[in-house]
Amino acid sequence: MKTLHIALVGNPNCGKTALFNLLTGSRQKVANYSGVTVERKEGQFVDADRIVKVLDLPGAYSLNATSPDELITRNICMGTHDYGFHPDVLVCVVDATNLRLHLRFVLEIKALGKPLIVALNMMDAAKKRGIEIDIVKLEQSLGVPVLPTIAVASHGADILKKYLAEHYLPLPAIEYRQNESDSHVQVRQILQSSVSMPSATAAFDDRLDRILLHPVFGLVVLGLVLFFMFQAVYAWAAPFQDGISASVQWLSTITGQLLPQGILLSLLQDGIFAGLGTVLEFLPQILILFAFILALEETGYLPRAAFLLDRVMFASGLTGRSFIPLLSSYACAIPGIMATRSIQDPRDRLATIMVAPLTTCSARLPVYTLLIGAFIPQQKVFGLFNMQGLVLFSLYLFGIVSVFGVAWVMKKFNRQKTDHALLLELPSYRLPNLRDLAIGLWDRTRIFLRRVGGIILTLTIFLWFLSSFPGPPDDAVLPAIEYSFAGRIGHFLAPLFAPIGFNWQIVLALIPGMAAREVAVSGLATVYALSAQGDTVAQLSDILASQWSLATALSVLTWYVFAPQCISTIATIKRETNSWKYTSYAVVYLFGLAYFFAFLVYQLAFALQ
Amino acid sequence: MDLSQLAKGSTAQVLGVQRLDPDDAIAQRLLDLGFVAGELVKCISLAPFGGDPLLVQIGYTRFALRKVEAARVQVEDVA
Repeated sequence: MKTLHIALVGNPNCGKTALFNLLTGSRQKVANYSGVTVERKEGQFVDADRIVKVLDLPGAYSLNATSPDELITRNICMGTHDYGFHPDVLVCVVDATNLRLHLRFVLEIKALGKPLIVALNMMDAAKKRGIEIDIVKLEQSLGVPVLPTIAVASHGADILKKYLAEHYLPLPAIEYRQNESDSHVQVRQILQSSVSMPSATAAFDDRLDRILLHPVFGLVVLGLVLFFMFQAVYAWAAPFQDGISASVQWLSTITGQLLPQGILLSLLQDGIFAGLGTVLEFLPQILILFAFILALEETGYLPRAAFLLDRVMFASGLTGRSFIPLLSSYACAIPGIMATRSIQDPRDRLATIMVAPLTTCSARLPVYTLLIGAFIPQQKVFGLFNMQGLVLFSLYLFGIVSVFGVAWVMKKFNRQKTDHALLLELPSYRLPNLRDLAIGLWDRTRIFLRRVGGIILTLTIFLWFLSSFPGPPDDAVLPAIEYSFAGRIGHFLAPLFAPIGFNWQIVLALIPGMAAREVAVSGLATVYALSAQGDTVAQLSDILASQWSLATALSVLTWYVFAPQCISTIATIKRETNSWKYTSYAVVYLFGLAYFFAFLVYQLAFALQ
Repeated sequence: MDLSQLAKGSTAQVLGVQRLDPDDAIAQRLLDLGFVAGELVKCISLAPFGGDPLLVQIGYTRFALRKVEAARVQVEDVA
């Protein structure tokens, strides 16, 4: 079978990835801001008697690359590095509502002389705004085929597919070169002859921007959006969590009745149900948080927030562009750190990577929620806010403050004082697409369940093993776990953590918790399930409330604001900075701050008690 | 005058982009984005905390620019 290679190029946020998904049936992430795609993605489809391999490239404004993601696009287009993919034809995707900017890039690509097709995307949005485009004239003036597409409609790529099927490519290369300063003039002429545009921007965008970008109301709205989001995570998830918790308890009880006492029952009840069940309860919260972030990403609001906050972020050593990677880090630091590739300035990018682990990722939620539920009373404050929600909010706030603090210190150490660039495009607003949202959430659920079934399950069983063997001597007076490997390790390390109020059970749970933060919760559940004397089945939060002091609980919460207990994040920092030096800086400073602040909080709370 | 001095709501015509040094990446990017002689540019909004960055519209696109970036764009008022 013959193979055709096509690469999708174009300005940021013109719908390349949506078109890629439509062509190949993939489900790559799409959103409404520049720089969602920071890596090249490959997919394929079969048409008639031929395989068409499609490469989705990060968006670029120009081949004069200014950021790592633009560089990939430049390399493919110029042929300086093909990453094992040599395109027979470039498909330049342009946003029909933003032709002034996007056609210039088409001319730049065309000047390379490679076979080229223009996909005139977002034709639906253009129609809605009364924009009329004479495609025949546009084709004539550009000298390349122009095909209308609607990447968000299910048949929106049919014309492009049909064209590819009918023309046995490769197309002839274009013999054409021109100097760059002419390209703007040429675009102006093309627009004049083939496009009629009733207004430069959508009236809806103008109205919304008047409020959302207002120096005062804009900030108020941003504050409300974020506050509402975090309150909702806590409030809306509660009934679902109770449901999951009750089901796991029920399963555990049934198993207890069916199986005889022994090692197998202990593994199931103390290891798997206590450990995994406790982590599973947090799925609803994580999904609600992701739903908010995904929806915000699709609306086009996030670059606006970046605009509003740029000044503050710049003063502390970051950039408005850091806002989107940092907000994604609230879901998970790994995609957050990867998203920094769209930051042009290497100093800003490094600073953002270094502080990203301080944002409160969703894996911290299980720990926070567990301890808040156990130690903070459920009551209303000012008759309006939920006290537990407020504590959660302040933990998030603590994370934000430390993001700014650390970035500020890094800025002080940086000697390079040349100008930092922002140059951020604000896209048109869009309603979130429910299908994309559902796909995004489903992907998240799969990732979470895979973690629960994979690494968390493995470590939980390992911890159960350490905590169960060797068995206690016959004359034992203490719970069996005190005599096990785990008990010995915990007791051995405990003095190191005594100043910050951690008991040996916490220390023990932190060890497998290095792999991922949620593991500490399943770890605690297993350790305490095995420490229980008699066969009382109690909720972990009730056990903790009776065994820990408030000072210890606050200290553990503080520890989790900082501690980099996530191997994958550390690996991502290494990959993205390509430097062991910065990776070790990050690990050392994060553990240092964790110990320091946990010490402070514990000693203070202890003194006040 | 330069673009950073443009008042909110007013429109000006671009005269050119000034390069601070021969390989000024910011100036090159401004040119690529369409800040070229003859284009009309409008200041849409100013950010909180001192009006930096500013939001400008050129062609059909809105860009947030910091003052240090906008200062590279020479403009003249249009009546």
